[in-house]
Amino acid sequence: MIFTIEINGRTVTARRDETILSVLNRTGIRVPTLCHLAGFTPTGACRMCVVEVEGMPGLVTSCSHPVEEWMKIHTHSPRVLKARRTIVELLLANHPDDCLYCDRSGTCELQDLASELNIKERHYRQGRHSIRIDRNCNSIERDPSKCILCGRCIRVCDEILGMNAIEIVGRGSKSSIGTSNNKGLNIEACIKCGQCIMVCPTAALKEKSSYPAVIDALNNKDLYPVIQISPGVQGSIAEDLGIKGGKDMQNLLGTALRMMGFRQVFDTSASADLMVLEISQQLARRIKDKEKMPLFTSCCPSWVKYIEEYRPELIKHMVAAKSPMLIMGSWIRENYSRQMNIAKEKIFSVAVMPCTSKKHEATVDGKDHPLIDAVLTTRELIRMIRMYGIDFNTMEPGNAEPGLGARGTAGRLSGISGGESEAVIRSLYFQMTGQELSPVRINELRGLKNRKEAKVRIGRSTYGFAAVSGLAAALQLIGEIESGKSEFHMVEVMACPFGCINGGGQRLGTDEKALKSRMKALYDADEEEMVKVAHRNSSIFEFINNPLESS
Amino acid sequence: MDNYTEDKSFLLEKVLKNLAGEYQKEDLEKISIIKRDKIVTPVIYIGTGTCGLVAGAAQTLAAIRKYLSDNKIQASIVECGCIGFCSEEPIADIHLPGKARISYRKVTEDKVEAVLSATFNKNVNEDHVLGQYKSIPSETWANVPFIDQLPFFSLQQRLVLKNSGFVSPLSIDDAIARGGYRSFYKTILNYTPGKVCDIIEQSELRGRGGGGYSTGKKWKVALTTAGEQKYLICNAEESDPGAFMDRAIIEGDPHCLLEGIAIASYAIGASYAFIYIRSDYPRAVTILEEAIRQAKEYEFLGQNIFGSGYNLNISIRQSAGAFVCGEETALIRSLEGKRGTPWSKPPYPAESGLFNQPTIVNNVETLANVPAILEHGPSWFKKIGTKSSRGTKLFSITGNIQNAGCIEVPMGTKLSDIINHIGGGVKDGKKLKAVQIGGPSGVCIPASGLDVEIGFESLEDAGAVIGSGGLSVLDETVCMVDLSRYFMEFIQKESCGKCIPCREGTKRMLEILEGITRRPREESTHETLERFKGVVQLESLAEVLRDTSLCGLGQNAASPLLSSLKWFREEFEEHIFDRRCSAAVCRELRTFYIDVDACNGCNVCQKKCPENAIIGVPKIPHFIVENKCDGCGICFEVCKFNAIIIK
Repeated sequence: MIFTIEINGRTVTARRDETILSVLNRTGIRVPTLCHLAGFTPTGACRMCVVEVEGMPGLVTSCSHPVEEWMKIHTHSPRVLKARRTIVELLLANHPDDCLYCDRSGTCELQDLASELNIKERHYRQGRHSIRIDRNCNSIERDPSKCILCGRCIRVCDEILGMNAIEIVGRGSKSSIGTSNNKGLNIEACIKCGQCIMVCPTAALKEKSSYPAVIDALNNKDLYPVIQISPGVQGSIAEDLGIKGGKDMQNLLGTALRMMGFRQVFDTSASADLMVLEISQQLARRIKDKEKMPLFTSCCPSWVKYIEEYRPELIKHMVAAKSPMLIMGSWIRENYSRQMNIAKEKIFSVAVMPCTSKKHEATVDGKDHPLIDAVLTTRELIRMIRMYGIDFNTMEPGNAEPGLGARGTAGRLSGISGGESEAVIRSLYFQMTGQELSPVRINELRGLKNRKEAKVRIGRSTYGFAAVSGLAAALQLIGEIESGKSEFHMVEVMACPFGCINGGGQRLGTDEKALKSRMKALYDADEEEMVKVAHRNSSIFEFINNPLESS
Repeated sequence: MDNYTEDKSFLLEKVLKNLAGEYQKEDLEKISIIKRDKIVTPVIYIGTGTCGLVAGAAQTLAAIRKYLSDNKIQASIVECGCIGFCSEEPIADIHLPGKARISYRKVTEDKVEAVLSATFNKNVNEDHVLGQYKSIPSETWANVPFIDQLPFFSLQQRLVLKNSGFVSPLSIDDAIARGGYRSFYKTILNYTPGKVCDIIEQSELRGRGGGGYSTGKKWKVALTTAGEQKYLICNAEESDPGAFMDRAIIEGDPHCLLEGIAIASYAIGASYAFIYIRSDYPRAVTILEEAIRQAKEYEFLGQNIFGSGYNLNISIRQSAGAFVCGEETALIRSLEGKRGTPWSKPPYPAESGLFNQPTIVNNVETLANVPAILEHGPSWFKKIGTKSSRGTKLFSITGNIQNAGCIEVPMGTKLSDIINHIGGGVKDGKKLKAVQIGGPSGVCIPASGLDVEIGFESLEDAGAVIGSGGLSVLDETVCMVDLSRYFMEFIQKESCGKCIPCREGTKRMLEILEGITRRPREESTHETLERFKGVVQLESLAEVLRDTSLCGLGQNAASPLLSSLKWFREEFEEHIFDRRCSAAVCRELRTFYIDVDACNGCNVCQKKCPENAIIGVPKIPHFIVENKCDGCGICFEVCKFNAIIIK
């Protein structure tokens, strides 16, 4: 039902069941929000989005209150502005005054609000609630004293991941976001996906920094620093550095990294292709042997951590292969060192991933020497590029030969949820029929959805594939499979919603628009590249012909 | 009760199901025996509610048992709930065959012998007598006032508490003999759920938890909203400091509450009801558990109640005692097993509450009113109270008052009557300063404003709220600034921390209040200026809190402060400008002096002073160094010669 309401004296149309905020956003009025997260249940916790509705005693939170026909709304009346200012002042009074030294300076929503509401003076001078920084986890760092308790991280962890690793503890002004028994994040149910960082408005949550160690390695003449870049990273960097489309980002990035001092640059999508081939082989074998289905993918470290810790009985359903990062890491350590005639331990192997969980993965694998020495998130790499003063817009493309030259798009597709399944299907089809799948696109597995399903006919049989992203969706799917409601041959799981393009290590402020453009970039590349299937990528024969001792 | 099963079928068939109310003579006889109106052996009643037990009722009870067995007296003992006169507990009543039931106050363990032996010898123990009950066929005691003519009781009208003090809360037979569960039977037999909602709406019963929303209207929303499973929740999370009305109802007459819950559940179509009760009420929990067990045994609860096909389960959930969980949405979250934080309404619980199903949350007192309304009809209920506020209201009177306890008065009673007549005025001849109504979310009413009628709107017009019904009487020894600070501290500790204005705002307000009840730490840091600025901010901050907080806890967090500021502004100014607390409560603002004429130099204060602020030599009057004194008051307490003066 459509009716009209009055906002700031103007008549505006509204729909029943719509919140006041959504009407405002449509009609060119911006009210500040803090706890609001599009697509989530509104909690009305921060009270920033309050508006004045004539006839109602208090102010009303526009994010949670439905519009009603009789409403006359004032969004920026003196009463409302005073309330908003007071709320921000109260938050600032309990916030450390260290903006200049803060990681999020410039990207901090609290800072933006203070400036938007023209707050120039500290009104409340007394105590602050300071809590120890939680450095316990190997990929995520929590600084509760910078937390404004908007609760977004809790909701993401609950509604998207289904993990509930963090929750508000304590009462009154002693409330804080805590872990169970205050034991630190590492001991928690946390799967280190980093989605909480992506929604945090302040610097209360951030990744554990690795770039200082990387810079040290770059400056160390005894070491031979090399770097691998995950396919999910490039788009995000281009957005952040304002690089226009049409440039050969892969080349530019490679050149930039060499300028910084990396001796060789590898593309993780080469090992992702190997992984795709491996999965299709394992799946084909399982189909042939009539083993119990489904086969779960294992390239998302958060998902693997979940299975190892909570559902070890499902390990036998997982693809038995290392993640692309580790495959590449061990190839660099073993074969590349041999090729270049460098001692193994002199290689300082860095990986740039759109992921915080990879930091965790890198620390748990490797025997005497870790396969990967440091994992950088996309954000950290951007920071380093800035630090090294590299300007992509004026930079000339280099002509250095990339490590493991040939690139295919099959592995690169694994940057988005559904892409890996698509790549596996292409190779599986070839393996089972001896022919190439045509067309290679599988539209059911594309798009920004948490759950995608496809039935593919290969030979005489039809096989079921599902791609779920956001761990909560995966948990639901497992439940359905276990209760017999659903049946699949292969299930691709990504802990982050929509996959690595929205990973916990990506650029902050990733919105739907950015996700769509990253997705488009991946699919466009798939259209343009010559090699669309993993089994035709010449690079992977490099791996196959040089079997790794440790994989 | 020993004769439990014997009476069961009689009570069920002849009393409960006798809706016409026509009794045969022998039935009436039997009822009066069960009701203990007609007795052959003496009956001793003792109030073993929490207030009684705290005053020593358990020891009194043991002493009574010992006395009876020592003197070989055949008598039965009934442990009943509190009659409301908490300051006179332990209260023990003796009902001798043929005599009126006589009530004694403050019957502690050591007084049992004197009281019992006098009474069994047909004499009255003058020291402890409280009053006697009216009962027609019995002979009255000479020179003993009737209970209902005592000032404490004379203005009361007890509907909800009518059985408290008469029935044993552990006996369902007692309840049935006094009409318990008849309304429920009648409801199920005669009315559709919609009709019950109509009746309650017509009666104009309003929620007693503080909000004052029409109960019938609320039920109708839940009844008409579609849902797989509807729930009724009885809110017994009574966590205002100084409020204990709900506890009195549960400990006095649990079956009345259960019947109310059962009717309400039927009215909204709920087959599950929860009683959310504080775990700090162990006695009430025990009594409720037993009452539910008995009601199940009598098949008033369970499957296919009275053959109607209606099912109802009532279960108890004990809360951990968070103040905010008295707010209905926070309560629901807590019941779901989550952190007890409120959510932004809408959706209202009646539409989407517990496990996202239609849920009604009603206060204990509201539900306890329901059976009587169905028994006597809505027009009967509307005759009680005032035009906008029908019925009675329970209050717990505490503080510096002569007669403390739990009372039930019709709406429209003057507050001054409650304080001066029922409460008997301020204790120890002190002067009344203010009455705090509604606890930490309530306000204070100054002594000059007591001429106000109790009622939702009438109190609101006077700038007050009815709240849940806690009345704290404050005399001249109370410092209003300190009281505001106390309530702010309470709210700050009990804030759930979800919304920013409440979490951060109360913290700052508390700091400001602490600032003015404290001595300045360092003059060099412009503390005086900051303090002054803080006070200017208090009112503005309070306004934002009221405007923007998520739930009632935050919205009303500043209410005690604002009303104190309104009525006792000079006390705040005195604290700010003169750094003086005339009630001598704010410790750091107290200064002590030694009266040189009274001091004989005994040296005791000097030895006890923790700050070494007292100087002097023995036998010569001492002297207090003001800068060193931190106002602890130890010298004042230890001086035997009244030589220390507070200024």
